[in-house]
Amino acid sequence: MIVVQDIHKSFGSNHVLRGIDATFEPGKISLIIGGSGSGKSTLLKCMVGLHAPDRGKILYQGQDFTRLDFESRIPIRKEIGMLFQNSALFDSMTVEQNITFPLEMFTEMSRTEKVDRANFCLERVNLAGRNKLYPAELSGGMKKRVGIARAISMSPKYLFVDEPNSGLDPETSILIDELIAELTQEYQCTTVVVTHDMNSVMGIGDYILFLYKGQKWWEGSNKEIAHTDVEELNNFVFASPFMKVAKEQF
Amino acid sequence: MFFTYFGQYLLLLRSVFKRPEKWKIYWKEIILEMNEIGIGSLGLIMIISSFIGAVMTMQIAFQLVSDLIPTSVIGQINRDSNILELGPTISALVLMGKVGSSISSQIGSMRVTEQIDALEIMGINAPGYLILPKIIAGVVMIPALVVVAIGCAITGGLVGGALSGAVTPADYIMGITDSFNGFTVSVAMVKAVVFGFIITSVPAYKGFYVRGGALEVGQASTRAVVIGCISILAADYVITAMML
Repeated sequence: MIVVQDIHKSFGSNHVLRGIDATFEPGKISLIIGGSGSGKSTLLKCMVGLHAPDRGKILYQGQDFTRLDFESRIPIRKEIGMLFQNSALFDSMTVEQNITFPLEMFTEMSRTEKVDRANFCLERVNLAGRNKLYPAELSGGMKKRVGIARAISMSPKYLFVDEPNSGLDPETSILIDELIAELTQEYQCTTVVVTHDMNSVMGIGDYILFLYKGQKWWEGSNKEIAHTDVEELNNFVFASPFMKVAKEQF
Repeated sequence: MFFTYFGQYLLLLRSVFKRPEKWKIYWKEIILEMNEIGIGSLGLIMIISSFIGAVMTMQIAFQLVSDLIPTSVIGQINRDSNILELGPTISALVLMGKVGSSISSQIGSMRVTEQIDALEIMGINAPGYLILPKIIAGVVMIPALVVVAIGCAITGGLVGGALSGAVTPADYIMGITDSFNGFTVSVAMVKAVVFGFIITSVPAYKGFYVRGGALEVGQASTRAVVIGCISILAADYVITAMML
């Protein structure tokens, strides 16, 4: 479980996060949604330690991540898997090397065990046999799936996903969402997804946190979101004519 | 402003020299970097140094118009100029352009594509993993390249002198073997080690803190080369003043 308490973050005079509180539970997919500049990516980066919050706590199983130094964070970081918006695969490494990299750094597995683990992760994301390809040889959807394979290589307890559907066609987006949902169930991990994609919100959002101007504006499930009367949330979720029609059907 | 950047550079270096997570992986990276920096620059350094040596011979001969000065002095001046200054400094400036810009753009690209963030989230000390192997490779391979450069420049001087008729090979060889002071080689090696550190660490710093996209990576690379070249020349002056 991850608990976020009163998180504030500013960049110069720009106060991006203004006291966010939230709880992200294991085995559930939590979505952070909001318009551009609402602070959702900043919140995610604070949670994984890429940004230091100005104030507040981020508790991993009760342990305050913000107060730990680099060395003390390593045990928690070994339990974190993250998929980046642009996949962030290491260009100079093959698919297999990308997946085995964390294993090489932090485990004493033999070469065969590491390759077996890479093969298992690749099978899990339907990319079996693509071990020797380089990231430049992969499509956008394949890169995302390799990113997921790398994220699960260490059997994470916490899975963070930044804009998993950006730049993907609707069909591939749904496949990625399904994969995230399956992995969350399989590993019973605490999954936090930052997204703009309303299909994801409606499809896999067990818990949804809506940020508006750096504040928590609404929280609830994907079932509750259709019936909310929060104007800012409705303007965001049901912005398109298609979604407005869809809302009538709920 | 200067002190802010210099402080940031020193803090980065402190992270670079933290104990590696796994030496085995770092060692593999060091070998790869040594190949990239050393073997990858060998041809360029040999060509440039040979021509510099040849041109130096002809220019020294042009300036030594007095019949009272033996032509063997050409070899002597060429040797000392190349060992003390041209070998280390010209090689370092050339390598700053070739190796430095490559390091800056490589690390900068990793920064803007979130690859460095990915390393940090995994719990890997990104400055150590990305920069330490480059610094070690630079400090080891650049002195080796400087030795090659000095050898090529002296040989180039011999060939250039013979082809142009400025000095006979016998006189030139007499000059380069006459009154040789081994301390000049020590000065050259100290310069090479310091230059090796600058050539790898300054561009790595500029690349590591780049923000933005492809345009900023290019700009950081240019700035890294400019700052690196100025740092090399400043270090050259300080080392010369201290050791000679």
